Amino acid sequence: MTRLNTPQELETFRQAIIAKRDPAKACISICAGAGCLATGAGEIIAAFKQEIEKQGLTAEVDTKGTGCPGFCELGPVVVIYPQEICYLQVTSEDVPEIMAQTIKEKKIIDRLLYVDPATGEKASFESEIPFYKHQKRNIICNNIKIDSRSIDDYLAIDGYTALAEVLTRMSAEDVTAEIKKSNLRGRGGGGFHTGRKWEGSRNDPEKIKYVIVNADEGDPGAFMDRALLEGNPHSILEGLIIGGYAVGAHEGYIYVRQEYPLAVENITRAVKQAEAYGFLGKNILDSGFDFNVYVHQGAGAFVCGESTALMTALEGRVGEPRPKYIRSNIKGLWNKPTVLNNVETWANVPLIINKGADWFTQFGTEGSKGTKIFSLVGKITNTGLVEVPMGITLKDIIYNIGGGIPGGKKFKAVQTGGPSGGCIPEELLDLEVGFDELTKAGSMMGSGGMIVMDEDTCMVDVARYFIHFLTDESCGKCLPCREGLRQMDKILTNITAGKGKTGDLERLDQLAETLTEASLCALGQSAPNPFLSTLRYFRAEYEAHINEKKCPALSCKELISYYIDPEKCAACMICLKKCPVDAIDGGKKKIHIVNQEKCTNCGTCLDVCPLRFSAVKKISGTPVPAPIPEEKRILSKGQEQ
Amino acid sequence: MDIERIDQIIDKHHSEAGSLIQILLEIQSENHWLPKEAIERVSEKLAVPITGIQHIATFYKAFSLVPKGRHEVHICMGTACHVRGAGRILDTVQDVIGIKPGDTDQDLKFSLETVNCLGCCALGPVMEINGKTHGKLSTAETANLLKAYE
Repeated sequence: MTRLNTPQELETFRQAIIAKRDPAKACISICAGAGCLATGAGEIIAAFKQEIEKQGLTAEVDTKGTGCPGFCELGPVVVIYPQEICYLQVTSEDVPEIMAQTIKEKKIIDRLLYVDPATGEKASFESEIPFYKHQKRNIICNNIKIDSRSIDDYLAIDGYTALAEVLTRMSAEDVTAEIKKSNLRGRGGGGFHTGRKWEGSRNDPEKIKYVIVNADEGDPGAFMDRALLEGNPHSILEGLIIGGYAVGAHEGYIYVRQEYPLAVENITRAVKQAEAYGFLGKNILDSGFDFNVYVHQGAGAFVCGESTALMTALEGRVGEPRPKYIRSNIKGLWNKPTVLNNVETWANVPLIINKGADWFTQFGTEGSKGTKIFSLVGKITNTGLVEVPMGITLKDIIYNIGGGIPGGKKFKAVQTGGPSGGCIPEELLDLEVGFDELTKAGSMMGSGGMIVMDEDTCMVDVARYFIHFLTDESCGKCLPCREGLRQMDKILTNITAGKGKTGDLERLDQLAETLTEASLCALGQSAPNPFLSTLRYFRAEYEAHINEKKCPALSCKELISYYIDPEKCAACMICLKKCPVDAIDGGKKKIHIVNQEKCTNCGTCLDVCPLRFSAVKKISGTPVPAPIPEEKRILSKGQEQ
Repeated sequence: MDIERIDQIIDKHHSEAGSLIQILLEIQSENHWLPKEAIERVSEKLAVPITGIQHIATFYKAFSLVPKGRHEVHICMGTACHVRGAGRILDTVQDVIGIKPGDTDQDLKFSLETVNCLGCCALGPVMEINGKTHGKLSTAETANLLKAYE
């Protein structure tokens, strides 16, 4: 690798890369993101390589393991260029057929295409699939175009042009002004104006300053930062270098959680490549600007996603937050002015520089500009990452892109904003997605997790789940958060276990108020949100749990019983054999009965009971019907299976 | 883990106290736990008190102060997995291998941990055994999978 010393050298080098590439050449792109790798993408890549070699086509066909395009539901995803044919749920057994049919004969294989469940129509290209069609993919679209391990791939799609532009034609003030003009707001949860944050640090007289990428994506059910780190690490790095230049920092840190090994690997490799090419180090592109980046792995603590806790962790200490009387952009890492932004915020920076703030502000609403990547998960047909313009309604995301709720179930709520967010009920589905709109509804934008829940999800249990999560993750430094959450967790656990008492809701309310008012950092201050929002919209469910000892969603294990309907049971013996605690009594031709004393409510019987019988039921709030008399349990001929 | 290897890791980070967490992570990742000798060596070389290292080793989830089993089982308890029944998967695993999250069984066969999100929400509920992901699990499948490990 040669160091590129000037913007001209970079441009010449880029042109040489592009010239060497033939856009008409066949290229097989396979998603190598975490979701697809878990379903066998690694084997598929190996199978393609082997097949290409076997057929002597190495010169004619390229393969590429790319970043995540977002459609995790139907992975592994394979896209074949130049036609851009999109195959879904590919297995390594399909590889010889794809090579023979699509690569050699230029024919499309019908059975690997997307089928619209509503119309039965097939789609040959990404752009025709409804999941993609309704998105606005400014950031994530590059994931599938490049091999995330190759800096040349990034250069071929105009990578580091924004950096060259900034270093040659813009002053630090110009860059800050452009970001301010774009109204870019922090994608990590707070939604603070990025440009204003940068300006604060810039104007501080202190000489040493720092910039940080917050890649400690801890919200359960959110993985968009991971997809960007794994799929397009250079875009984040380019943003960070630009930020360093604008703020006047010469050192940058990437704080990435060790639970994401592939992200750590890819971003570390990207830093090394950028150093070799001269985008990091001394006198970058002959501008006189020096900048170095260090990758720091987080050791597993949710609270370290909080800016001050993260900085303490970077200093090599226990990641506990501190009060923010003085903001960290004035006194942050080692008490120096420090700009900390989330992965997605940094990834937006090169785009804004390249295309201009006016281009950026055409997307979104008055208060929230640009696009946002959400991870759409839970009880949803199309699980995956979706990038949409701010201002789109929740309904559009869940139904047009997400394809609605699977299995004919009814929508109940969507949880946004991670553990600090809240649940939004059906009547608010027309809500436009934006920082202020979501906060008004009692939830928040957060980092972009969107967990869809259907009628089988118990809202009290959801609140208990998040409060329990935060109890575990509370660092323990301040009392309201440490003790308050412990008490809330105890009361909510009791309610879901059928031990709720009158007055519990009032006690929870009081605790919630104390936490909001008196906690040291955002973790504690926003911790009651999951409880408060579920109470606001689903109070009846809380009351049913406390007063009737009933879980209306039939989800809380201690409030339900499993029961076999004698009218429907065909004595097929399947549940009887599968029951792990031998709690099912019966036999061949003898209707099965659940022994309630022995039953541990594991639900295996319900899972395995064949759909054509559907004899196993859950009951809550009412006693289990008494077993039918022994003589009636014997099935006559024709009744049994 | 031999002292020489620990020294190599410490030297790689220039014996800086600021790199304490990174050093401990490397030892943890190679040795799967932090033995007493390692903690003492790091304390000595970095001039950080042992209590300070204990504070870090108990605060962050990545570290273990006891040896781990041959097979590391991680159950994803992320929100997406939770609403798809991760609790029932965890119950099944606890029944089959007989230990609670955070524990290792007596013959060092299994270690069980819960994690807050593995990021493969499309596959929920998810269990990871020795780094291999198993998705869309039912309780019956979970029990079968575990039985295959010796």
